[in-house]
Amino acid sequence: MSADAILQQLREIMIDVLDIDELELTPETTAEDVEEWDSLSHVRLVVAVERHFGLKFKNSEIEGLKTVGDLVNLIEARAA
Amino acid sequence: MLSDLPWLPAPRADFREAVRSLRDEAGAQGEGYFDRLVRLGAARLDENQLGQLAKIVRRLISDAAAPAQFSTLRLGLVGDGTLSLLAPVVTGSGVRHGLAVDVIEGAYGSAVQQAMDPTSPLHAAGLDMLLVSSDVRSLGLSRAAESQSDADARIEAAFNGLKMVVEGFRPSVAAAVLVQTVVPPLDALFGSLDRVERTSAYAMVEALNARLRDWAATGAIVLVDIARLAETVGLERWEAPGHWHASKLPFAPDMAPAYGDVVARTLAALRGRSRKCLVLDLDNTLWGGVIGDDGVAGIQLGQGSGTGEAFLAIQDTALELRRRGVLLAVCSKNEEAAALLPFREHPDMLLKESHIAVFQANWTDKAANLRAIAATLNIGIDALVFLDDNPAEREQVRRELPLVAVPELPDDPALYPRMLMAAGYFESVAFTDDDRVRAEQYQANAARAAAVQASGDLDSYLASLDMVCTIREVDATSRPRVAQLINKSNQFNLTTRRYTEGQVEAAESDPRKHAVQIRLVDKFGDNGIICVLIADKHEGRRWEIDTWLMSCRVLGRRVQEAALDHLARAALAEGARSLVGRYVPSPKNAMVKDHYAGLGFAKVSEDPSGETTWELDLSSYESPDLPMIIDDPAVTPVAARRTSS
Repeated sequence: MSADAILQQLREIMIDVLDIDELELTPETTAEDVEEWDSLSHVRLVVAVERHFGLKFKNSEIEGLKTVGDLVNLIEARAA
Repeated sequence: MLSDLPWLPAPRADFREAVRSLRDEAGAQGEGYFDRLVRLGAARLDENQLGQLAKIVRRLISDAAAPAQFSTLRLGLVGDGTLSLLAPVVTGSGVRHGLAVDVIEGAYGSAVQQAMDPTSPLHAAGLDMLLVSSDVRSLGLSRAAESQSDADARIEAAFNGLKMVVEGFRPSVAAAVLVQTVVPPLDALFGSLDRVERTSAYAMVEALNARLRDWAATGAIVLVDIARLAETVGLERWEAPGHWHASKLPFAPDMAPAYGDVVARTLAALRGRSRKCLVLDLDNTLWGGVIGDDGVAGIQLGQGSGTGEAFLAIQDTALELRRRGVLLAVCSKNEEAAALLPFREHPDMLLKESHIAVFQANWTDKAANLRAIAATLNIGIDALVFLDDNPAEREQVRRELPLVAVPELPDDPALYPRMLMAAGYFESVAFTDDDRVRAEQYQANAARAAAVQASGDLDSYLASLDMVCTIREVDATSRPRVAQLINKSNQFNLTTRRYTEGQVEAAESDPRKHAVQIRLVDKFGDNGIICVLIADKHEGRRWEIDTWLMSCRVLGRRVQEAALDHLARAALAEGARSLVGRYVPSPKNAMVKDHYAGLGFAKVSEDPSGETTWELDLSSYESPDLPMIIDDPAVTPVAARRTSS
């Protein structure tokens, strides 16, 4: 799966998790950029991502994420 | 898997759009808004979808725009770990149970402090119910004790901590306090010996849960058996240590929808919204094959084949439900004569005609037949569960009657009972002797209805019933059933005020209150306790009726006149001059809007919400002649009073 396809799927997941109507998502986006993206919704986001891609992350992997691009890379690496 | 709520259909493909259009419509609700919302919620939703529904519900509540069909309630949520993820899940799950739950969360990790501090916001929140959600790790029971005495001390400390929370909050909670059982740790320290060795974490949790169970048995708290839920879905799937370490989530987030549904169904049971009647399809639901084609000898039922035994197990499940008070009905597309054949002639049939309260076998669509069943039994359409193997029929009923619960069924009939029971449609918070005979009572009602048709004249019919109406003060024996009625009666309930058993007990001993319960026996059977009256004795010789509720089973039997007669004479005996009654409208009690008018009360006031106040001047009150024997030691018999006055 390409990084771009993962990003598109992430966008759909985030719209549901954050319950928002629109979302501009780029690899540079961080939690700071999205009002609804707080520590609690972050937990739900990780769970939804795990479910969607059929993965389980370690806490150390989650803790290292800074941007959406980092998450895309992590999914890409783990799904490979 | 049960944690995925497999008895519910998959959410519609356009869930996101549907939830948004309902959200946008919240301010100006179109036709069928409640039904559409419930239908959207009655699906296998994940925690995010539940959160989206919760957002709508919260908005409806804060705008005071929740459709009247909802039971609105404010739930306090306190306990261990991060509860913020659970609150929306409970609210979202409540939708499919007809609840609009406003969850108020306690601050993180400080339940005891908040309970003890009267200025903490939860005390002023106007809570209807409180849920105490505790975690083995915060209770200090997740690691083995050092000694037996250490184990005992830890169990005692954990129990006392919970007790402080419950008792601290109790004065601020109008109805029930719910306490979760504690999920035992998965990892065994000794192995099988864990259960034996009382210092093990496992044994300590078991001991604590036993104490919670004993506490619940007194009626002081309502147990929410999360330990059983975790066991059912599997501790391995329930526990998620990584999520505990990272965010103090008490269990795997994937389990949240199952958790939310178990909590919501308990709240619904407390609000009298559990289902009352199981409606059964016949062909390929109660037996294998089609009776019209295969005949009695050709259907699969009975010992000797896996399939035949699976259908026996379904019938056994239905009978077990009937023994605990659930009504059974049949709704089948069949010729009636053919449909009845197995009930009459098949030697292995466990279900008999006498177990079925209403038997609808015809070629009309099932939604119409389900409406007829609810009408015949005088229960709401939202009290029905419909079990049918045919997906097309299920879909038709869900579309036409979204308030009827229709469980999804897998292909294998061996799993039908599991789907039916896992859904928790018949959740109860108490089980009384009256419940045991409920199904018989409803069926006796059907016999009475037939008798009234035969006799034609109502008064002579009532006289022929040999009714004995027994009026007694509420006491320890009657208290559980009285509390159950107070919390479950919706239709014949003038004020819909909910009280716990503890509050009922307090009312019994309060000299300024008059609390009685009324039983009715007739020639068809014992109806059990069918009426509860609580009156406040006010200054100025006025008795105000706080609670007047009756079971709809005894409507049209003039029992309300007997109840009034008791109140009037009890009030007169203590020197009162008038009775004041109040009607507080609820979505379900329109049937008693004119209750007091019908009994000769004069209307005193009416406020914009439709609440009305009524007064009866006792100086001109006369006891009616009633077609029943009144057994009431508290007041002089009717005849005696007449001669004396």
